[in-house]
This record gives sequence, structure tokens and C-alpha cells, in this order.
Amino acid sequence: MKLTQGCFSFLPDLTDDQIYSQVQYCLANGWAVNIEFTDDPHPRNTYWEMWGLPMFDLQDAAGVMMELAECRRVYGDRYIRISGFDSSHGWESVRISFLVNRPPQEAEFELVRQEAAGRSIRYTTVRKATQHAVP
Amino acid sequence: MLDVPNATTTETAFDLRKEAEAAGITTTLQQLEQELIGLKPVKNRVRQIASLLLVERMRQRAGLAAAPPTLHMSFTGNPGTGKTTVALRMAKILHGLGFVRRGQVISVTRDDLVGQYIGHTAPKTKEILKKAMGGVLFIDEAYYLHRPDNERDYGQEAIEILLQVMENQREDLVVILAGYGERMTSFFASNPGFRSRIAHHIEFPDYSEAELLFIAELMLEERGYRLSAAARDALEKYIALRRTQPFFSNARSIRNAVDRIRLRQADRLVSDLDRMLDIADLETIDAADVLASRVFSGGAAADARSAKP
Repeated sequence: MKLTQGCFSFLPDLTDDQIYSQVQYCLANGWAVNIEFTDDPHPRNTYWEMWGLPMFDLQDAAGVMMELAECRRVYGDRYIRISGFDSSHGWESVRISFLVNRPPQEAEFELVRQEAAGRSIRYTTVRKATQHAVP
Repeated sequence: MLDVPNATTTETAFDLRKEAEAAGITTTLQQLEQELIGLKPVKNRVRQIASLLLVERMRQRAGLAAAPPTLHMSFTGNPGTGKTTVALRMAKILHGLGFVRRGQVISVTRDDLVGQYIGHTAPKTKEILKKAMGGVLFIDEAYYLHRPDNERDYGQEAIEILLQVMENQREDLVVILAGYGERMTSFFASNPGFRSRIAHHIEFPDYSEAELLFIAELMLEERGYRLSAAARDALEKYIALRRTQPFFSNARSIRNAVDRIRLRQADRLVSDLDRMLDIADLETIDAADVLASRVFSGGAAADARSAKP
């Protein structure tokens, strides 16, 4: 199951050149670029681990690509995303976030229904236990 | 798959003059010639690099093999020969010629690259390298990175990271090392990897007396002063004398001399309060302002000798 989270996730995976262009766009706008990774890509898990510090004082995306290559080397079996944080007044939030790495075997999710009082139903997204689940 | 027509139609003939003008090479070289005095080897090398760019562009369009050139440089020369000035300008030139994408200069010394404890150096060096990507990393007095007396010095770690990036990301940044001649030679001797990864070893020659005089005049002009004919002669004598005295550091000594001459001129003007000054007085340097220098009485060394009991 192809995980769809953040920008561009319904498109084919971005190539490195495309990632470079997106990062350069972030830097040109003065956003802080972050590299984050996780082995728990549940949609409600917003706390991904950071690879290094936010990069806000770079001129060229080549620096980010260098860190990304390093992160892929170490955590190539996890999800990695790049996000751009806009610190300017009024925004102060993440402006862009997109996946840049997927594990060879993607995480599987299923919808679990739970009967509650008065015939109402609660839905939960639960990760299926697969071979390559959380190590 | 879509059938995309071959977009790279190969050309076979080129108008060289038009190409050079389109790349902005002629103006860049003219500017360099005007703004930097002397420094023949430097100018020659910049011209060669510019020519390479031009040829490389045409080769690319003609469908010939084109590889990005190695542009890492090392500037060696005596104090005050303009290494730092040229390095700062080099970024602009390379950016103008399209060799680097952004053209910023990150100027660092050992302190910015080498950490204080284990595990501190690598992130620090990488941080600097990331900032320099797309531009020029200028490492002043690069030989301090290597401390031969301490084999556990963290400088070695910084050197290894630098070498790796210099090799693998040649198109992303240009590294310029600078330092005094002899010490750079021994630095390269103990780090042969550095020597071979740097394509351009540029020697900055000492300035001749005529060039120094020209620099002095240019500095005074920039600061809005004029030399009287007598002062010009005095300055010529001053430069000839100063060159033979210890601690002479080329253009830097001249800059200091110019600043002291301005002090003496101001002092001369203020010493006589009961007179009217005009603009000519304010901007003219007299021979007396130059001749009052202690260089004419034997220099700093003579001062020290006479001060001793």
C-alpha cells in the first residue's frame, strides 16, 4: 500500500532533482528545512524524529541533499520526509511537507470498526502486523 | 512512453566574440584588470578559467563530452599581497561566469571548523560546508587545520570531511585555501590529499615599488585625498625605504602608512588654529606629512634601539 501523506504523495515518488528544486524553493522563501524520519507512519503520529538541526541559513539546496543522502544511508528502511517551516509572523507553521524515502516494504493499515452505545460505530486506523513492522 | 523528439540539436559553428559577450566574460575580465593592481599570475589564471568555461559551453552544445572542472584553489604569498581580497572577488567572478550557483563567500578559519571535544568537529565542519554550498568556502591560514605536534588533534577530522566533500561535490562548492607560502608548502607536504585535489595553486608575488605607489595613490583617492608633487616624491622614497625594513607586508603596510599620513595631515592642519582653511587644504597631502614618518629615521627597529638605556 503506497502511503499518501503530505504534498505530492499521489504523484510518483520525487526524483532527487525534483527534491532539490522543492528544497531550493523553500530556502528561497526563507523557510527552515527539516529532515525527519520515522518507522511509525500512522497518520496521527505527528512526532517524527529529526535528523540533525533545522537548516535555515543555507543558500543552496545541495547542503540539504547532502544531509538527506546521509539520512538515507542510515535510515533507508524508514519513512523520511522533508518539511519547510515558515517562521514569519502570521504563519509560524509548516508550509510544505513531503515524503522523500519509503521503506522497501511499506506499512499496511486497516480500518477497524467498533460498536459503541446506541448502534453508533467508531472507526480506528490500525497498522497491520507485517513482517517488516516496528523492529 | 511518449516519443520525445531529441531536444539537443548539435551545433557545428560558433561566433567566439558573441559567445564571450553573452557569457559576460569580457566585462568580468576588464573589471578585474582595472580593480586589481599587479597580480599577473592571478589574472592569467582567471582568464584561463573563463576561457575554459566558454569552450566547455560550446563543447556541450556541439555534443562533445563535457565534465565540470575542478576549481578548488590555493592562494599562497607573503602578507598583504591581496589573497583575501582576491578570494572575496573570486566568488563574484565564478558566479558571474556561472561556475557556482549562488556566489556567497563563507570565510572561515580553524576555529569555525574544528571542535573542542570528541564528536564536536564533524557537525561543525558539515554545518559550515552546508552553508557554503553553491558558493565559495574560503579557509584563511589553512595550515592551522593541521597540528603536526599533536596527532590526536581534531583538525585532522575536519580535513578528512573537507577532502571528502571537495572530491564528491565538486560542482556544489569551490574551496579556496589561503596562507603564507612556506607554511602552506609544509601543510601540503603533510596532507598530500589536499595538494592533489586542488587544481589551481596560485602564487601571489610581492608588489613592485611602482605598483605599491599606485596602490597608495588609489587608496588616497578612495578616501578623497590628493598628493602634492613633492608628497608624491616623498612617498616614492618612503616605499623604497619601507620595503627594506622588517615586518614589511606589502599593501597592508601601505594601507597603514596611508592612515598614518592622514593622521599627520590632520595634526598639521589643526596645529595652527588661527587661519582659514579651504577645500584644497583639506584634501592635499604635503611632503611634510610623509617625511615625518619614522621610516626615514631608520624605522621601528631604530626606535626600539634608541629607547633602550
